[in-house]
Amino acid sequence: MIANFMAWIEKRLPLMDAMNKHAAQYPAPKNFNFWYVFGILASVVLVNQIVTGIWLTMSYEPSGEGAFASIEYIMRDVDYGWLLRYMHSTGASAFFIVVYMHMFRGMMYGSYQKPRELLWIFGMLIFLVLMAEAFMGYLLPWGNMSYWGAQVIISLFGAIPFVGEELTIWIKGDYVISGATLNRFFALHVIALPLVLVILVFLHILALHEVGSNNPEGTDIKKKKGSVKPEELSKFTFHKQYSEKYDIVDAIPFHPYYTVKDLVAVVIFLIGFCWVLFFAPEGGGYFIEAPNFEPANNLKTPEHIVPVWYFGPFFTILRVVPDKLLGMITMFAAIGVLFALPWFDRGTVKSLRFRSKAHMINLTQFAICFIVLGVLGTMPGTDLANFIGRIATLGYFGFFVAIWFYSKNEKTKPVPERVSG
Amino acid sequence: MKKFILALLAVVPMLALAAGPSVNLDKANNDLSDKESLKRGFESYINYCLGCHQLQYQRYNRTFEDLGISEADGVANYMYTGKKAGDHITNTMPAKEAAKWFGSAPPDLTLEARLRSPDWIYTYLRSFYVDPNRPFGVNNTVFKDVGMPHVLQSLQGVRTMDEHGNLSEATGGSMTAEEYDAFARDLSNFLEYTGEPSKLKRQAMGYWVIGFLFIFLIFAYLLKVEYWKDVH
Repeated sequence: MIANFMAWIEKRLPLMDAMNKHAAQYPAPKNFNFWYVFGILASVVLVNQIVTGIWLTMSYEPSGEGAFASIEYIMRDVDYGWLLRYMHSTGASAFFIVVYMHMFRGMMYGSYQKPRELLWIFGMLIFLVLMAEAFMGYLLPWGNMSYWGAQVIISLFGAIPFVGEELTIWIKGDYVISGATLNRFFALHVIALPLVLVILVFLHILALHEVGSNNPEGTDIKKKKGSVKPEELSKFTFHKQYSEKYDIVDAIPFHPYYTVKDLVAVVIFLIGFCWVLFFAPEGGGYFIEAPNFEPANNLKTPEHIVPVWYFGPFFTILRVVPDKLLGMITMFAAIGVLFALPWFDRGTVKSLRFRSKAHMINLTQFAICFIVLGVLGTMPGTDLANFIGRIATLGYFGFFVAIWFYSKNEKTKPVPERVSG
Repeated sequence: MKKFILALLAVVPMLALAAGPSVNLDKANNDLSDKESLKRGFESYINYCLGCHQLQYQRYNRTFEDLGISEADGVANYMYTGKKAGDHITNTMPAKEAAKWFGSAPPDLTLEARLRSPDWIYTYLRSFYVDPNRPFGVNNTVFKDVGMPHVLQSLQGVRTMDEHGNLSEATGGSMTAEEYDAFARDLSNFLEYTGEPSKLKRQAMGYWVIGFLFIFLIFAYLLKVEYWKDVH
């Protein structure tokens, strides 16, 4: 009876086939390490944000008069409203932590290189939309830091010649940041951007499964059909879309092997996540900033206006450039060069493990510069901070310049044919 | 990885230098589970603060419930404003007029402990000193040129500042220094409570959730090991 029903469905919509193609018979390299859990973790956080977001929307009031009070209403009068709110606010920071780790993984193991350029581009688009989503979401509590943070970022567009001023009014929907701005940010934050985000995540995963997962050694687990001795083929069954085209080696089905492994990672992640959620939901003043505990006030500027920590690196790049327009261009360029990374890197060896010493040094200095930029972004812009920030900005862009030069004729180690270990 | 962490450690001191100075605050050492302290703080708040500073996000009956005050007792002895026990703790001071009187309207204090910190409130309440140049004759070392008069002066007495910027012992108050510190601590404790009434519940729940996750982790790990026997 049930089997018949399933067959009936399957004929009309091949659900089981899709499940097999993307999970139970998807060939994943068997040597994924620690760095490969962050994609799953990002999905977990995305689901958390969507679900808690829906419930928060039920009690939130998107208006200049009511927004701040409605957050406190959620925190006090809604049953477990505080839990929902903290899950959402902690989730926002957690999202960026796992996404930055996920991106760095891609950089370490060359997961952006041919044939995964489009996969990388989709990932970068997700990152871009995520930043917009976080920026607009941060205005919604209508706290004083929400207000002034938005003020600073929106005013950047005013630096664009000729259309700048008009553009900022168009974004705000008013001459100042007001209830009108709050309402449109609310609409974008709860409908438009999440929709785009989910579609992009879907495309990111489809693109991944088309070209296949990279691994810490950067070796290809799909060999030319007929080139591998039968006894060396992976002993598992893979979907015909993969196995008919290639001989698959050193791979295991994503489900159940990586689902059970990722489950362990998810639980460990949740322990950290819940620790912040239940014992330090303000994240030391970095996840929820103290000035946001007073309502938006256009006459009272917070002592230091700094964005939330996850915008830190890009905010510092903006701030250390003395000219406003140039600063904005540099900041967007910092994101732009990441998009173009697959073309800056002209090498063919993917993994850090088999690339040159120069690449090792370059990637390390990039990571340090990125963290330094991030830390500086949470601090007031003193002369010393700006001086260090300029050096770190040079290091950030220097990474892309340097890789373009040395990757062409890089001295690399031989990449093993097969996954070791 | 080790080299990376070492390199990062080398940069940290430079960043610390870039951060700049901050004000020293005394430790309030609040205890949110001390309901007697919270009740005293609540009572003091009603008597000394509420006239100017609302707690507009906090309800009377929620406060009664959390502090272990029966509703009848609460309505009779703690509720001088509002009609129903479910009302928010507000006052009737007109904000516009108040702004004229004090320079700026006295802020709502529901979230003051989260905006500034419980230690800040504790230190602030104890840091008024005589300053004839100010409209109300007092200034504050924690909040320079604050618009607020020292409404607790009859309790604490007055302190003066010498030429080195040090404050004298308070004289002329009805409380000893220890009594006044305890009074300020109770108020700070109460405002920490109003800042986040669910804080104790949150922490209590946290132990259970994380405890559960640790147990779940054991089973998740064993499941992984069992499945991965096929791979190795």
